[in-house]
Amino acid sequence: MEIEELYQEVILDHSRRPRNFGELPDAAVLVHGDNPACGDEIHLAVKFDPDGGLEDIKFTGHGCAISQASASLMTMKLKKKSREEVMGMLRAFHDLVTDETNDASKALGDLRVMQGVRKFPQRVKCAMLPWRAVEQALEQGAGEATVSTEPS
Amino acid sequence: MHKVAVGTVDWNARREDFPILHEQAHGHPLIYFDSAATSQKPRPVIEALRNFYEHDNANVHRGLHTLSSRATEAYEKARQRVAEYIGAASADEIIFTRGTTESINLVAQAWGGKFIREENVILLTGMEHHSNVVPWQLLAERIGARLRFVPVLDDGTLDLDQLPSLLTPEVKLFAFTHISNSLGTINPVAELCAKAHAVGALTLVDAAQSAGHMPIDVRELGCDFLAFSGHKMCGPTGIGVLYGRAEVLDSMPPWHGGGEMIVSVALEKSTFKKAPHRFEAGTPNIAGAIGLAAAIDYIEHIGRPAIFEHDSQLARYAAERIKELPGIRVFGPKEERGALVGFVMEAAHPHDLTTFADQYGLAMRGGHHCNQPLMRRFGVSGTTRASFYFYNMMEEIDRMIEILHAAARFFK
Repeated sequence: MEIEELYQEVILDHSRRPRNFGELPDAAVLVHGDNPACGDEIHLAVKFDPDGGLEDIKFTGHGCAISQASASLMTMKLKKKSREEVMGMLRAFHDLVTDETNDASKALGDLRVMQGVRKFPQRVKCAMLPWRAVEQALEQGAGEATVSTEPS
Repeated sequence: MHKVAVGTVDWNARREDFPILHEQAHGHPLIYFDSAATSQKPRPVIEALRNFYEHDNANVHRGLHTLSSRATEAYEKARQRVAEYIGAASADEIIFTRGTTESINLVAQAWGGKFIREENVILLTGMEHHSNVVPWQLLAERIGARLRFVPVLDDGTLDLDQLPSLLTPEVKLFAFTHISNSLGTINPVAELCAKAHAVGALTLVDAAQSAGHMPIDVRELGCDFLAFSGHKMCGPTGIGVLYGRAEVLDSMPPWHGGGEMIVSVALEKSTFKKAPHRFEAGTPNIAGAIGLAAAIDYIEHIGRPAIFEHDSQLARYAAERIKELPGIRVFGPKEERGALVGFVMEAAHPHDLTTFADQYGLAMRGGHHCNQPLMRRFGVSGTTRASFYFYNMMEEIDRMIEILHAAARFFK
């Protein structure tokens, strides 16, 4: 396993210059996600369209390259997607980073650069943190919520 | 290879006592810089465990047969060995536990449950491991008592100027670490114990990071309790020690109930043995205690002053060299430090850095090190920690610096 397989150039680029990074003043829901074991934090703001799809999505936070790049890539991918598409993507992404035998779904597009994570089981939580936050945002629908990779 | 010249110890030969150091990680020779989490085990300790299970294994204190006598004798000899190792007045002051964490919980529940009242204060410090914070939080919550903390200064030492205002007569216990597991700070234990006793408080010393690294004499330190783990000092996991001054242990009620700790049991009421057996309910970790005694023999054969000097040289050298790296912040005191260096690199989060290092065979720990309040105090979510023991070499530190330079280039 070469280190470059985990930290692909795209991932390093997104961790250094995260896209969709910032506040979303008119967000419908704000989810604070944390990974207490690592101290990774993602604050995810989501605005829905009339059909419940993701009109806009932004995040702030700090943490390791994997969590921040995952959030950046995720927000690019999910903007303007319907609820069903988001849920499908969530399942596909989870399989991508956890299942050794999984053939990366083409629908994931750029997100496939995260595939190297599957070889690093301790880092799966980092990659999944923003996705847990978006899942919570859909469930919540409005207001503020917290989500943790270590449920108490 | 250049050796660290300390006395006449042949450190390369000692390194050879540790079979695991021949392992590889990702095709590179292992550099094990995580001894503050757990140390590696030398052959004599591994052999002591094997020997016990192959020749002497039986339960202790109850069988009248040959093996039970042998096992009991070995177990109680281990207790005596621990007492000598830390300068305790008697083996009756040594309680075997699962480790430092269990030792501290024992004090919090058995001693604290009886002697801490609502109006009392337990004094801790801002650099305690969670295992010396959470048991006191649980106790304080149950009783309604309060906790106070001695603040940590920017250089990683305790703010002792605050002590007079914190160490007031309401304080019944001052519990603090000997060596900080993320800063490497060595606290002035004897001075702190004397000051605590002056206001009538007892003291508990968390010796998890010091017991295998430097000489410890509980009577010179003047502490009432001392807790440490076997696995950080060449011993097996699952065995630890609580030292308690005899008079204090005798004042404490039992903790866990069960076999082994009773004199007699009637249906309604039981009578209990004296310390230490009063605090060892159930079948103890017999092999673990014997393994710990073997670890003590091994460490004493090298000599703790030599180990301390060797480890300090490694830590000082590592701290110096790490400062060469770009965008680096090193934590902990400049002068004297325990066998570890905590740092953060601007370009790389501790988890990215440790993942990267592992690909080159270098084992370090990244994260909060069970020190979340301390990390918050320094404004970081975690650090990377390189921790050493006497089987580490200067060359390994040089290799670490190369790997860290590569990481700085990779992540920048």
